[in-house]
Amino acid sequence: MAKRSGLQREVLKLYRMSIRCIKTKPPQTREHWRSFIHEEFGKYKGIPKIQFNTIEHLIRTGYKRYEMFSNPQIKDIH
Amino acid sequence: MFRSILRNQQKISLRTLATQATEKAPRIKKFQIYRWNPDTPQEQPQMKTYEIDLNKCGPMVLDALLKIKNEEDATLTFRRSCREGICGSCAMNIGGKNTLACLCRIDQDTAKETKVYPLPHMFVVRDLVPDLTHFYKQYKSIEPYLQREDHPADGRENLQSIADRAKLDGLYECILCACCSTSCPSYWWNQQQYLGPAVLMQAYRWLIDSRDQATAQRKAMLQNSMSLYRCHTIMNCARTCPKGLNPGKAIAEIKKQMAFD
Repeated sequence: MAKRSGLQREVLKLYRMSIRCIKTKPPQTREHWRSFIHEEFGKYKGIPKIQFNTIEHLIRTGYKRYEMFSNPQIKDIH
Repeated sequence: MFRSILRNQQKISLRTLATQATEKAPRIKKFQIYRWNPDTPQEQPQMKTYEIDLNKCGPMVLDALLKIKNEEDATLTFRRSCREGICGSCAMNIGGKNTLACLCRIDQDTAKETKVYPLPHMFVVRDLVPDLTHFYKQYKSIEPYLQREDHPADGRENLQSIADRAKLDGLYECILCACCSTSCPSYWWNQQQYLGPAVLMQAYRWLIDSRDQATAQRKAMLQNSMSLYRCHTIMNCARTCPKGLNPGKAIAEIKKQMAFD
């Protein structure tokens, strides 16, 4: 497999962080979180990889939302 | 007799309205405004042109923006509040200069287009709204409040001589609109470490306050190569300040004080 670009690694880092965060949520809602994360990342799958500014913006907003949702008081989604 | 009085009153001629002034020729001015919508991040930012008749619009750029929002395009987004230059919400880049839309007159030359952008080198939330979170975090980091160990014996306010109070003039008027910080190339390249002119001017304001007792800690906080010394006296801050303040001078004063430490 070709070497990943810095931006691709950034996206994967955010994705892994989000997936790991599921463990901190109550067991019965974990499936909701997983499908939510897949859905959010899947929304922008079609963005061409040369649109750096768009991807960078999505990463920034992704981190903001990660911080918000990782709050232990938020237990369920959808 | 009574009837005669009434009859006399009827004879008084009624005041008529002035004849309507002849319609002035419309003066169409074009505004190019930066548009970007976070809901469709795939679309690139673009400049959208709006036409406004200056005869039917207030004198300031903010009036024009409000007119566009009210009458042409309700999706145009910008911050505004006081419309008299005291809140600092409507800071934006108008005709290449960072200023407050409410204090900036519309250029009356209709041949030229006026370009309106959000504050440069800030992340954009939407259209003309920049993300100032980091700027406010930096402001918070200088602890912009009075710090004292002891309090006056009579339990009332901390007094200050008139001369000491006069030192704060030209510093306390800052409304934190971020026009100066975002016009500073040094701040553009080192936003994460360099505090920027607006925040440093407030740091100086608290350094020289005669009532504040944390001067040593405040100086120690700035004593590194990035926070303060990234100022290379470019002086864009003083040129652009919509309130006519001089952050560059305040930074120079901090440097002067720190040089003797």
